[in-house]
Amino acid sequence: MHADPKGVLTGTHYLDGDHAAAEGACAAGCRFLAGYPITPSTEVAERCALRFPMIGGTFIQMEDELASIAAILGASWGGLKTFTVTSGPGFSLMMENIGLGIMMECPCVIINVQRGGPSTGLPTLPAQADMMQARWGSHGDYEIIALSPNSPQECFDLTIEAVNLSEQYRLPVMLMMDECIGHMTEKVVIPLAEEIDIVPRRWTREKPDTYLPYKPCDDLVPEIAPLGYGYRFHTTGLTHDQRGYPVLNAETQEECVGRLMDKVNKNAENIYHLEKHNLDDADVILISYGISSRVAIPAVGKAREDGIKVGELRLITVWPFPENLIRELAGNIKAFVMPEINYGQVVLEVERCVGGKCKTRLVGHAGGWVHDPESIYQAIKEVAQ
Amino acid sequence: MPDPRYWRKPFDSDKVKSPKGVVYVIKDRCKGCGFCVEFCPRGVLVLSVEFNKKGYHPPEVVHPDRCVNCDLCERICPEFAIYSLNQDEIIELAP
Amino acid sequence: MTVAENKKTIGNIPEHPKSLLLRMDRMPHIWCSRCGIGIVVGCLAAALEKAGLSPDDITITSGIGCTGRVAGYVKVDSFHTTHGRAIPFAVGLALSRPDLKHVVFSGDGDLVSIGGNHFIHAARRNQNLLVICVNNFTYAMTGGQLAPTTPVTARATTAPYGSFENPFCLPNLAISAGADYVARWTSLHIRRMTDTFEEALNREGFRFIEIIAPCSTIYARRNKLGTGLDLMKYYYENSEIKHDATAEELEIGFQTKIVVGKFVDKERPSYARAMNRHLGKILGKKYIPPEVGGPQ
Ligand code: SF4
Ligand code: SF4
Ligand code: SF4
Repeated sequence: MHADPKGVLTGTHYLDGDHAAAEGACAAGCRFLAGYPITPSTEVAERCALRFPMIGGTFIQMEDELASIAAILGASWGGLKTFTVTSGPGFSLMMENIGLGIMMECPCVIINVQRGGPSTGLPTLPAQADMMQARWGSHGDYEIIALSPNSPQECFDLTIEAVNLSEQYRLPVMLMMDECIGHMTEKVVIPLAEEIDIVPRRWTREKPDTYLPYKPCDDLVPEIAPLGYGYRFHTTGLTHDQRGYPVLNAETQEECVGRLMDKVNKNAENIYHLEKHNLDDADVILISYGISSRVAIPAVGKAREDGIKVGELRLITVWPFPENLIRELAGNIKAFVMPEINYGQVVLEVERCVGGKCKTRLVGHAGGWVHDPESIYQAIKEVAQ
Repeated sequence: MPDPRYWRKPFDSDKVKSPKGVVYVIKDRCKGCGFCVEFCPRGVLVLSVEFNKKGYHPPEVVHPDRCVNCDLCERICPEFAIYSLNQDEIIELAP
Repeated sequence: MTVAENKKTIGNIPEHPKSLLLRMDRMPHIWCSRCGIGIVVGCLAAALEKAGLSPDDITITSGIGCTGRVAGYVKVDSFHTTHGRAIPFAVGLALSRPDLKHVVFSGDGDLVSIGGNHFIHAARRNQNLLVICVNNFTYAMTGGQLAPTTPVTARATTAPYGSFENPFCLPNLAISAGADYVARWTSLHIRRMTDTFEEALNREGFRFIEIIAPCSTIYARRNKLGTGLDLMKYYYENSEIKHDATAEELEIGFQTKIVVGKFVDKERPSYARAMNRHLGKILGKKYIPPEVGGPQ
């Protein structure tokens, strides 16, 4: 299915990442945004407040982030494509209902323009320190999809991808931006509507009398029933069976939660979006995501001038994590180097997959600025010896 | 006679013919709360001495002729275990 | 539904007349004997029927707690959400499906303690919701803790010496937040409650109806008030209908008189209507009214 031309502002623009993400949501068919002001993400909501009335969308500024996430879940069940946007403190407040979205299998997108934490932290300065929170922040076991753009153009593109993934796999998808990407202004090309692929809502074709709200299709994802069409379905945050009825025992828990994990893990090969350069003969591989991948470019260039064979792997999808690929690569190289604007989050996953087969080196700091490329270069040089 | 506290005699009671109801109790669904017995305006019900499957005493219809199909027992029952039907409707239902 | 439509039988008698509106496959429900919640559900089912609405015309959203389980027993598109978040969830439903009626059905702790902020803001914005609150003065499902509605001196597990905090008076809260329609009944007032539900279902904007109902197992027992049946008798003796009650009269003390009635009935444009009107006026032809969710 192609994008609805109403929401597609075709042309070449000069936009920052926040505005580009807002345009991505419009183009992806999002017609409902419930949000709450928080630096450095507010521009996304502001742009939508301006644009939505002209494309048939509803923007509502809620009383807090708890309400924002709850409202987008409700509107998603109402049949609209929905998203919300926030930063660290608001992201923390949203965690409980992100779990509800996972449990109810509710398509929606949460954009987090990351800033320094903990607590109020650094409202106007960048960090990448919510990556593990995106993965594990809500209580209980679950799998999530999280994408990380490294340019305003990707803020546009990946917002569309996030909306599509959330519809395909029926879960909240996170777009993990950061302050730097959010406020960086660059050229953004918005294509024609017919060049944008859209995943439509997976409405059921079952009749109401045979429909089971949580009976999975072959790809482990169940189909959704529209409201008011006689399905009279029930959905709950409690552990439930295929009818959607709460059944509180270990067996149902295994079936219910097991499938929520499997639908991401078993489809992971179709979800991964990775950028790979020179991995085949590399001695050192730089793994990065978001703004850190751009800061690393001069470091990699300098290391190559030194004759070090550096490969690059950029995690556009950070979650699910490309475990098998990392395991494979670990056997052939000396070391992974990973710059992150935190004290070591996604690098823990790298270490886990490497299992001691090669070195891993974090280049991390507490946030507030992006890396000095020199620090990444030094790390590459050290591990290459 | 029912407790006069719960039943006010309508002014036009001699002109209006009261409808006649038949009470049905879904015994095993009842949790014996006694609401229907206490508040039935016509004193149609008492709690039985017998137990249902769940160990509660369901109501028993002791004065079927008094029921006026007023719906109160249906509405006040928290368990959806009792209701009345208009007698005419029941005849329609008969095969 | 008429009897003739109800072909199901239970044993040798026809199934309950409201069975098409309820999930009979989930009965018996979890509520205790002499609990008032089931009565309110039955009255809502009766009101739907009286209002001429099909189960496909409404959604029901609940939060958490004993009353939070209501969504699981009504045979409509129903949502059992998280603690306190039923209202904002339903705000999303209502704005995405303005063609349906949306009911929030939850308890006092859920709606006005953890969900209190959502409650006042939904009322302020006049969201298109019918909010039914079963107030039993306690957190029942977790075993009887102090609620924002617990009357002064009433006991709770977390107020073992009796409460000394000022409770919320829910109609006053709703009125001051701007609700369009505010009523209170007890679970004994089955006819008035049903009529009020029926009237409110066909109205627009934020409508709030509080139903005082017995929690037999926890609140009544801990406070030595007998059983739910005794509380129902208490409501009979001690409730007074007063539609023009003052704010003070609406306050509820421990086992004091309960003033019931319909206190507010006014019409303001709902959030959605105000949005359409305002944006339409400002943007003129450029304004495209919100898309309605569902298969196109
Ligand atoms: S319908 Fe009315 S009169 Fe008949 S048993 Fe029920 S409450 Fe009593
Ligand atoms: S009101 Fe219902 S549950 Fe209570 S005694 Fe009567 S039939 Fe039983
Ligand atoms: S604990 Fe109280 S409120 Fe909960 S079901 Fe039992 S009587 Fe009702």
